[in-house]
Amino acid sequence: MRSLDKVFAIVWKDLLTEVRTRELVVGMLVFAMLTIVTFNFSFDLTGIERAPSGAGALWVAFIFASLLGLGRAVALERDRGSFDGLLLVPVDRGMIYLGKLLGNVIFIAVVQLVTVPVFGALFDLPVYQPALFLILLLGTLGIAGLGTLFSVMAASTRAREVMLPVLLFPVALPVVISTVRATTLVLTDQMEDLVQWVNLLAAFDAIFLTIAFLVFDRVVED
Amino acid sequence: MSPGGRFGNSSTGPALAVGAGLTMIIALYMMFLYAPTDSVQGPVQRVFYLHLPMAWIAYLAFFIVFVASIAYLVTRSRRWDQLARSSAEVGLVFTTLVIITGSLWGRPIWGTFWEWDARLTTTLILWFIYLGYFMIRSYIPDQERSMRYAAIIGIIGFIDVPIIHMSVRWWRTLHPEPIVTQSGGPAMPDSMIYTMGVALLAMTLFFASLVYQKLLVEQARDELSDYQVVESDRQADAAERVTA
Repeated sequence: MRSLDKVFAIVWKDLLTEVRTRELVVGMLVFAMLTIVTFNFSFDLTGIERAPSGAGALWVAFIFASLLGLGRAVALERDRGSFDGLLLVPVDRGMIYLGKLLGNVIFIAVVQLVTVPVFGALFDLPVYQPALFLILLLGTLGIAGLGTLFSVMAASTRAREVMLPVLLFPVALPVVISTVRATTLVLTDQMEDLVQWVNLLAAFDAIFLTIAFLVFDRVVED
Repeated sequence: MSPGGRFGNSSTGPALAVGAGLTMIIALYMMFLYAPTDSVQGPVQRVFYLHLPMAWIAYLAFFIVFVASIAYLVTRSRRWDQLARSSAEVGLVFTTLVIITGSLWGRPIWGTFWEWDARLTTTLILWFIYLGYFMIRSYIPDQERSMRYAAIIGIIGFIDVPIIHMSVRWWRTLHPEPIVTQSGGPAMPDSMIYTMGVALLAMTLFFASLVYQKLLVEQARDELSDYQVVESDRQADAAERVTA
């Protein structure tokens, strides 16, 4: 699998850059934590009804942190000129997309790995469940799948920070709806409805990733 | 990017405008004078003769954007982009009108301006997607790139419509159903159906006429900017010769 090697080479490059500069994950993490803490003051997250609001708060925090990270990741590449270098490499552009996507998923996953236990402790919710792990992974894949595509598009506009959420939020709505519903069901222990939401989420991921993979070539053709 | 040809000829615009104007007059007559007043909803039901055709047009407009965007990415002919942006602009106006007329009907009948049901939510999200479509166009200085990115949004946005609709419907079915005043009146009389048919025809012609006029404006705008580029190149050459 030669093409997989190329994907991993791109991921390795992004991880190594992040380990040396620490420009992305720390910022995203602090931002996600602060969002959750701020939500505590805007909603009542202590009562019996805290699970649905908590699931929403958790995902809003992740989506905002993802926006921050996705936008910043592309901005760093553009500013250093390394993105142009990446495009000159003789690999299929789809592999570049997959590499960038995987890197973004890993960054968001690291943020979640720290945020979720803190969230569970702060609001006394049962977060240590395998189903939640799967939902976090699928939700992140959907957000990052579209986000990777749109962040590259937004980076070449005059208002990149504005364009990324404007493009991502409405298009990614199905992913947001199904992840928040599935997370709520897990946190409230309603396992019977969970399977259909996880299936739906997986289906949305498959659709969006396929579209993004196919059109990425058209986005970076210059 | 090729300059590309034009759509239609010199008589297309006037023919569409006259056709749309005449059918619109007939449709207005039928809407307000011919069709009977709804026995349950009263006069407010007449807004449907505008609301439903406009909703149909809004979706038709974005379908045209979808097709023209694919055609642009395949052929790279500028006329497809001109068609896509003309249709998207008219579509955005119609979507706005659909939301407004729907709210005006919803207030007396449902008792609220807005319900988060699948159809309303999808239309609202659609409105946001095409707002983003125009924002990305205006934020990219490079013309070829802005056409290419807009085409991508035009394609993804339209594919997203059924997916959003489905996800919102599922989300709703697990919530308690909103309490909506059901209009349990008798089935529509024929006169109402005829009125709706004529209104649909009138609105479709009106839409075609608007898009065509918009297309002429966009073509003229592109040609003008071509001349401006040529002219600024010529001036730059002249300035170079003077200094040399």
